[in-house]
Amino acid sequence: MFEELNDLYQQVIMDHSRKPHNFGILAGANCCARGKNPLCGDQIQIFLSTEDHVVKDLRWEGDGCAIFKASSSLMTDAIKGKTTAEVKVLFEEFHSLITTGKMSEDHHLGKLAVLSGVNRFPARVKCALLGWRAAMSALEGNPQSVTTE
Amino acid sequence: MSTRPALSGYRKDFPALHQKVHGHPLVYLDNAATSQKPQVVIDALSNFYQCDNANVHRGIHELSHRASVAFEKTRERAARFINAQHTEEIIFTRGTTEAINLVANAWGSDAVKEGDVILLTEMEHHSNIVPWQMLARRTGAKLAFIPVTGDEGLLDLSRIDEFLTSKVRILALTHISNALGTINPVSELCAKARRMGIITLVDAAQSAGHSPLDVREIGCDFLALSGHKMCGPTGIGCLYGRLDLLETMSPWQGGGDMISNVDFHESQWNKVPHKFEAGTPNIADTIALHAAMDYLDEVGRERIAAHDTEIGSYAFEQLKRMGKIRLFGPREERSGLVSFLLHNIHAHDVVTFADQQGVALRGGHHCTQPLMKKLGVSSTSRASFYFYNTTEEVDHLIDVLRGIQKFFGE
Ligand SMILES: Cc1ncc(COP(=O)(O)O)c(C=O)c1O
Repeated sequence: MFEELNDLYQQVIMDHSRKPHNFGILAGANCCARGKNPLCGDQIQIFLSTEDHVVKDLRWEGDGCAIFKASSSLMTDAIKGKTTAEVKVLFEEFHSLITTGKMSEDHHLGKLAVLSGVNRFPARVKCALLGWRAAMSALEGNPQSVTTE
Repeated sequence: MSTRPALSGYRKDFPALHQKVHGHPLVYLDNAATSQKPQVVIDALSNFYQCDNANVHRGIHELSHRASVAFEKTRERAARFINAQHTEEIIFTRGTTEAINLVANAWGSDAVKEGDVILLTEMEHHSNIVPWQMLARRTGAKLAFIPVTGDEGLLDLSRIDEFLTSKVRILALTHISNALGTINPVSELCAKARRMGIITLVDAAQSAGHSPLDVREIGCDFLALSGHKMCGPTGIGCLYGRLDLLETMSPWQGGGDMISNVDFHESQWNKVPHKFEAGTPNIADTIALHAAMDYLDEVGRERIAAHDTEIGSYAFEQLKRMGKIRLFGPREERSGLVSFLLHNIHAHDVVTFADQQGVALRGGHHCTQPLMKKLGVSSTSRASFYFYNTTEEVDHLIDVLRGIQKFFGE
């Protein structure tokens, strides 16, 4: 019935949304942020522990749709162990992927590429971005709530 | 009665319903957000621009005369549509939201004082909460909320007399809930409030195009409605206000049309209703609203109400039978919309999947965030029907939802 959606809701995405990685609260985190999509009520709280501009560990908690949960889960796997500068590059690559579907030759997206289908569903781009926006805001030392609006 | 076609016979009047979406015939179930428009309304709009376009109340040339007459005829039509006693009791606004803002400003700024209470219910749309919060902030008044019972979505009236205190200045409540499908006992509540000298406002956004509406039977002081949810165009709605009350109220916006005389330092206000209609109004959409009201009465609002209850209850029962679902709103005596959550599947995923099958649903908080918080959810999926929807479309919705459950392994 839903062939067109197999691409968006791939098995990896379904798995991550059911059993998100790095889910929970991180005691001793030194940067935190909240994010919210006011239109649909998706929300996230993210806790990072960084040392010398490297993301040593992180956890997140939140509630929302499958795309949001899978994207946030994959994001936490992807940025763990990376430097702040590397995370920034990755965010730009990811942003371009889900808004245009395009990847550069030398991209670092790895597993994040499973979300490429989002670009054909403009209404869902926000869902895939919410976790990232919260993480970027935490890394920039900005604990206030970010929104996708 | 018997000479009128079955309700499904009116489908052909709605050009937008006859299309494919993602390769499937469109099943439009987002009528609580906005209804589709019949050809007569589309024609009224384009005829006005093609033949009669001019400003109103200003020119003495032929086109201006035609536009002014058609515009004021709509006011008479709207008064009849809700059985207002006087045509002057109809003020044109952009919609329900602007109508409520008008009351909160024009009436509220003089009538509401520090320590007064503005009484609402927990199921109000943001448009019947935020203007009152703004008024409360300006005046020092407080808000109070009649509670909702829980998932079945009824107003808990067991302690209503404790809420209707002498401090309450206004009771503002929705007739039909856009998030739950509840039909509130507005006549009863307005009567109780009136006995306490409390002003009443009924938000009729969801009821005006769905059931007969009689402001004198309801006994309210104000009533707000939106044209776009009742076959009319966007950008036009009405505020009904009791004439004696409107006459005591100050204007809320200043400009052309709302004055009778202007000097450099002072002006005199025009009479009601023009006092509340500053500037060039939304002429074309107002005139098309006339066509929408005529159309709805040709279909028959009592028939629409009966169809709403029937299709709403049918959808509710079919959804219940699916299992692994949480349903909101009353089981009986409901209006034509159902709000639900499939277990472990987010409303936005449901809406994306349904859309791929041509089914237009709404997922989100439906502009009722406080209610969602009370129910302990962040969003629901909603299917909202109109008289052109059929039980076959409900059956298709159920098939699609079962398919979604299967996809998600539920
Ligand atoms: C119950 C209710 N009240 C008020 C409104 C606001 O109507 P509008 O946006 O047309 O002003 C709506 C529509 O969304 C509604 O459903």
